[in-house]
Amino acid sequence: MMPSSATPAPLLSAHRLAFSRNDEPVFGPLDFSIGRGETVLVEGDNGSGKTTLLRVLAGMLPPSAGEIRFEGAPATRDVCDGRLLWLGHRSGMNESLSARENLEFLAGLYGVHADVDAEAAMQRVGIAGWIDEPLRALSAGQKKRVALARLLLLPGDLWLLDEPYANLDRHGIELVNALVTGHCAGDGAALVTSHGAVRFADPCARHIHLEA
Amino acid sequence: MSRSYIPHWIHWLGSPPNFYRFAGAWRPWLMAAALAAGAIGLYGGLVLAPPDYQQGDAYRIIFIHVPSAWMSLAIYAGMAVAGLIALVWRVKLAEVIAMESAPIGAAFTLVTLVTGSLWGKPMWGTWWTWDARLTSELVLLFLYLGVIGLYHAFEDRRRGARAASLLALVGVVNLPIVHYSVQWWNTLHQGSTVDLFGRSSIAPSMLWPLLVMALATHLYYFASILGRARTDLLSLESGKQWVRELVEEQPAQRQGAPT
Amino acid sequence: MVSTPSNALGPTRARQGQAARTPTAWHACRALLRRDFVLAWRRRGELFLPLLYAVIVTALFPFALGPDPQLLGRIAGGVLLVIVVLAMLPALDSMFRSDLEDGTLEQWLLAPQPLALLALTRVIAHWLTTVLPLLVVMPLLGALLDLPAGVLPVLLVALLLATPLLALLGSVLSALAAGARRSGILLALMLLPLAVPVVIFAAGAIAAAQSGMPYLAPLAWLAAALAMAIVLAPLACAAALRIAVES
Repeated sequence: MMPSSATPAPLLSAHRLAFSRNDEPVFGPLDFSIGRGETVLVEGDNGSGKTTLLRVLAGMLPPSAGEIRFEGAPATRDVCDGRLLWLGHRSGMNESLSARENLEFLAGLYGVHADVDAEAAMQRVGIAGWIDEPLRALSAGQKKRVALARLLLLPGDLWLLDEPYANLDRHGIELVNALVTGHCAGDGAALVTSHGAVRFADPCARHIHLEA
Repeated sequence: MSRSYIPHWIHWLGSPPNFYRFAGAWRPWLMAAALAAGAIGLYGGLVLAPPDYQQGDAYRIIFIHVPSAWMSLAIYAGMAVAGLIALVWRVKLAEVIAMESAPIGAAFTLVTLVTGSLWGKPMWGTWWTWDARLTSELVLLFLYLGVIGLYHAFEDRRRGARAASLLALVGVVNLPIVHYSVQWWNTLHQGSTVDLFGRSSIAPSMLWPLLVMALATHLYYFASILGRARTDLLSLESGKQWVRELVEEQPAQRQGAPT
Repeated sequence: MVSTPSNALGPTRARQGQAARTPTAWHACRALLRRDFVLAWRRRGELFLPLLYAVIVTALFPFALGPDPQLLGRIAGGVLLVIVVLAMLPALDSMFRSDLEDGTLEQWLLAPQPLALLALTRVIAHWLTTVLPLLVVMPLLGALLDLPAGVLPVLLVALLLATPLLALLGSVLSALAAGARRSGILLALMLLPLAVPVVIFAAGAIAAAQSGMPYLAPLAWLAAALAMAIVLAPLACAAALRIAVES
């Protein structure tokens, strides 16, 4: 890693970023940046393009216009791969496998091969007792917690969390907030979407508001 | 992803309203030229050209069979080039042209197969024979059908177009392999295929109608693709400003889009 | 336990992103292989379906053509080849579909590993779990159709080269079809043109062996095609997967 210069480039920045689906503008043009230690909350009603924005930032969709920079460099696959963690509507985990198997596989996918402590991660998200159950035996909220446990195991500077609060009870919401706060305190950053019904941890967090 | 190295006129034509107007202006002329060339070619082939000393009048089907066979390959090549542009630069017009080329190419392939089979009856005494060329053409038809089927299996048309374009490119790698493997297989299993138009040179009186027919099929393809792409763009871009203006300009006389 | 603010796994984890960028592709592939094997074991009942299919179709041939050993022996090689190709089809369709639906492919895309390498690993796991059992029962099926004993090794070698090749080609098509709303017969339609040369060379080798002719040339062609497909097919498959995830 380069020694930090006088003005370190933000972890991620978007310049005039816009996306259109079938020529219908979905969001943008947007300008924003996220530095290390920062949390940004993306707000907007259903259909305002929150998920699409995150998918574009994750490189799953190409932007229609504008540019994404990662630490000052254009965000190509080589630059971003492994630096982003994605938590989407789809869990990214197989229902026939247990939480432990899923977590160990995903850790391996990210190149973490030594001492994957799935148990500690499951303990942290409060469902350690379910670690060896096949995922399909878990409730929607419990699955969400397993997905959150993944965030603890995988390395990644920027968390892209799409509706992390969905399906979670009050304790679960506090858990998400605690995880995000912990990640940002450890020099990470997070971009979190929410439709605005949830009280977010950090009242000073920056907001991006998307209009439908 | 800078587009500076793409010539200006391609950029201009890539814009749907421009293409719509360009295609609308050129299509009737191309179609007229195609019909004229087709009439001349068929007259030359079916009336003026002398009968073949071996095959009699049966050979005259080559004036349809051979240009169709050429077109079936040429359109596939065109579709693959448009598909490559669609995949790399995500140009909407290239997607449209690639996907609208596929049914035309499939039709020419079918014509090739049917005329080949009709020709086979007097030549080989059977409607179908696993001749190397016919077999390759049959495989080509399946390639076309795969592209068309994949395109229509997607709900999002643009995503379907890109997936089908990728399949078309896979087919480009596959086609020569099919061709040579079928030839190898053919020599392995039946040594005596009738070489329909052998190494012997073709007489000029037969050659010129063939070339005119080839020109006619090319013109027909261009006219057809312009018309199809034009209609397709109109439905893809419906809701856009230029389409709305177009509808307001021509109120009563054109209810449906021209096909 | 939620209220404890200290992160159980330490706050320096974000920095480990750098450490993880050292080459780890081998570990990722191993993790994927292990996962696919565990999944295959969980659904081991499904693994028998292609086998059952192959046995049923093979058993139908003598009923349709008569039990004449000479006739059966003459067509056995080609018939078994076609049966293997057909038995591979249903499994090909599901190579990526469930991973697309549950979001695993999104994780593949973001992981710091070459997507093509993951695709190749998936093909290897798929071949080992769904195709290899078919090859294991080949001697039995050959016996049912009176396949000459001398031809069986050539048939097996031809299948050992042809089936990975078909699985590689099929992975591209499976990735293409995964994003579509229906596939099934579509996959067969797309596979046919790609399968033609493979079937021709594999059957050519078998036929040559059966008539006592040299059969190495078509096998060498198959091996060459397999080498080419190992390099090219995963790249095409990765491109297709990116289209599939883009929604």
